[in-house]
Amino acid sequence: MQSLVQEKVETIFGYPGGAIMPIYDALYDFRDSVNHVLVRHEQGAIHAAQGFARTSGKVGVCFATSGPGATNLITGLADAMIDSTPVVCITGQVASHLLGTDAFQETDVIGISMPVTKWNIQVTRAEDISGAIARAFYIARSGRPGPVLVDITKDAQFGMVDFSYEPCTKIRSYQPTPVLDEQSLQEAAVLINQAKKPYILVGQGIFLSNAEKEILDFAEKTGIPVASTLLGLGSFPSDHPLYVGYLGMHGNYAPNVLTNECDVLIAIGMRFDDRVTGDVSRYAKQAKVIHIDIDKAELNKIIKAEVAIHADAKDALLKLSALVNQNEHPQWLQQFRDLEAVEKSEVVDEAVHPSSDQLKMAEVVNLLSEKTDGKAIIVTDVGQHQMISSRYYKYRGHRNNVTSGGLGTMGFGLPAAIGAKLGNPEQTVVAIIGDGGFQMTIQELGTILQSKVDIKILILNNNFLGMVRQWQQLFFDRRYSFTEIVNPNFTAIAKGYSIDALKIEERNQLDDALTTMLNSKGAFLLEVVVEQEENVFPMVETGASVSEIRLN
Amino acid sequence: METVYNISVFTENSIGILNRITIIFTRRHLNIESITASESEVKGVYRYTIVLKTDLDQVKKVVTQIEKQVEVLKAFFHSDDQVVHQEIALYKIATESFVNGSTEKIVREHHARILTVDKEFTIIEKTGQPEELQELFNELDTYGVLEFVRSGRVAISKPMKTLETYLKELEA
Repeated sequence: MQSLVQEKVETIFGYPGGAIMPIYDALYDFRDSVNHVLVRHEQGAIHAAQGFARTSGKVGVCFATSGPGATNLITGLADAMIDSTPVVCITGQVASHLLGTDAFQETDVIGISMPVTKWNIQVTRAEDISGAIARAFYIARSGRPGPVLVDITKDAQFGMVDFSYEPCTKIRSYQPTPVLDEQSLQEAAVLINQAKKPYILVGQGIFLSNAEKEILDFAEKTGIPVASTLLGLGSFPSDHPLYVGYLGMHGNYAPNVLTNECDVLIAIGMRFDDRVTGDVSRYAKQAKVIHIDIDKAELNKIIKAEVAIHADAKDALLKLSALVNQNEHPQWLQQFRDLEAVEKSEVVDEAVHPSSDQLKMAEVVNLLSEKTDGKAIIVTDVGQHQMISSRYYKYRGHRNNVTSGGLGTMGFGLPAAIGAKLGNPEQTVVAIIGDGGFQMTIQELGTILQSKVDIKILILNNNFLGMVRQWQQLFFDRRYSFTEIVNPNFTAIAKGYSIDALKIEERNQLDDALTTMLNSKGAFLLEVVVEQEENVFPMVETGASVSEIRLN
Repeated sequence: METVYNISVFTENSIGILNRITIIFTRRHLNIESITASESEVKGVYRYTIVLKTDLDQVKKVVTQIEKQVEVLKAFFHSDDQVVHQEIALYKIATESFVNGSTEKIVREHHARILTVDKEFTIIEKTGQPEELQELFNELDTYGVLEFVRSGRVAISKPMKTLETYLKELEA
């Protein structure tokens, strides 16, 4: 516990159990200085820690006991791993003499968590605990951040030692801060200065390296249009004249199509996920690619880079900005605006101001965006509502977009929103969740009740597992195999947890309902019944090229 | 094109690092041809030799992912012509085949060594490359080989900085 205090940990999400009882006993003495949030399931603990980390920039911390407690963390670890989220999980383990004996609640959590952690370690002696925790925090937050797990046997937890804590600042075999290669920066600058149609793609790396100002300066100096990945949304202001939209399968029309027209593609802190690239063999083939990433293993992994720069985004942008010429690309930018107009008339106008009677997801999110000025922390789950939120919420805040990107974890939204609120008590946090995903971690309503977490839950209920249904409609001949879902009375459930709730089905109720939700004191659940068979467009179908993105 | 690559990995001496390395292969559905590990010339630093049959693009990605592991100091890959590699094989045969057969002649011709002679069995050792080891096996097997084991490849690359130099760079 003292080690955690040394790391300035103030919030812990956890769930006690047999093998972690000594730690919880120590925690009892720290009730005044450490806020431990009792979740209802360990998956909730780690998603909350992720939401906390993603919005605050600090390391998220969670506790779980051995066996099932530890295995319940695995989904969250995998999610944090693929979305580069700094999390430290501390798990209890059976006493060291019982290791490998199939003892009660014993699981090989080191073995199980290995593929989904940046680093993990088992500690069997009390004197090794503080060193392991120091390393854990250092590794989780440095370089490309990621989840770390420290498994502590019960006898080590009981052991008494003279406490000393040395924060970790260096590990010989681990080089988190790349040395910038001046040569490749020069090469990149030459390409950028010569480019006629340069194009910047930003990812979460901008947030992770705190390079929001640097990317803005760089783009403004060079006049290059900027598009964002899902996790990068908000890292470049959505109302900026150089911002051209959201990349990927359900992203905007212009940024996808023009990927295959640019001459120099500058990718910063993003990893060319297949949801961004579509068919790789037809992705930006005409372009010279400059790829800046802190993780060397991401360079040339998916897309071969003409110039690969192994660097922290902020460092690279600072240096690169000094090397590039002041420039403007009005005609090139106009190409984006022209296609944006096409998307507006073919998709956006109808989505935001539908002619149909039934409420649509996009109009709900659009109105929420207006009412919160793009500055609320938006936490989403996974599915259609997630894509709609990322399309129609106009992110203008700092780190105000939390979503499960790489892993696509249904059930992420509610607990992650709890973590986001605890990391940012002053900010409005809205969890936008579908009717399916909500029920995957619905038990965390109990956490909201007990810890009085003031989050606004917006359920977009279409009584379907909508994204899968959309695919069934488009690619499986409308064979709706197990995507129709019979839902409980969500507002009654919320009220059971003493959470104010409201359900609406009519357009004329929407404005008032959102206002009520946003102005409510304490947690609030708003269920909006939306059109059952709404599809998310545009869409880059699996196997298609980004330039083949369909509008309907 | 599939080629044989020799991957050399230098790691700290910590529990589980072998597992961290091998799951990188598992995840990409790659089969390791052979793997050996032991302490290197630097105390506390372990050296792995992993033989993998795959294409250049794949081996590059595997090696950068290995090197990304926190406790890996350095990882390299080399094609067969860039390394010197050997294996050891042990053969257990019935001692009576020396009396009744031409085992002795075979052992001489293959420059193999006799390690142990027991009343019932004899253990022969040979170092070499897999084909040579197999050839000896085939000849001995005409009299019956009771047991046969190969060590897996160890390899040293021809052009390379010393490990010490890399360690100094890492510690700088």
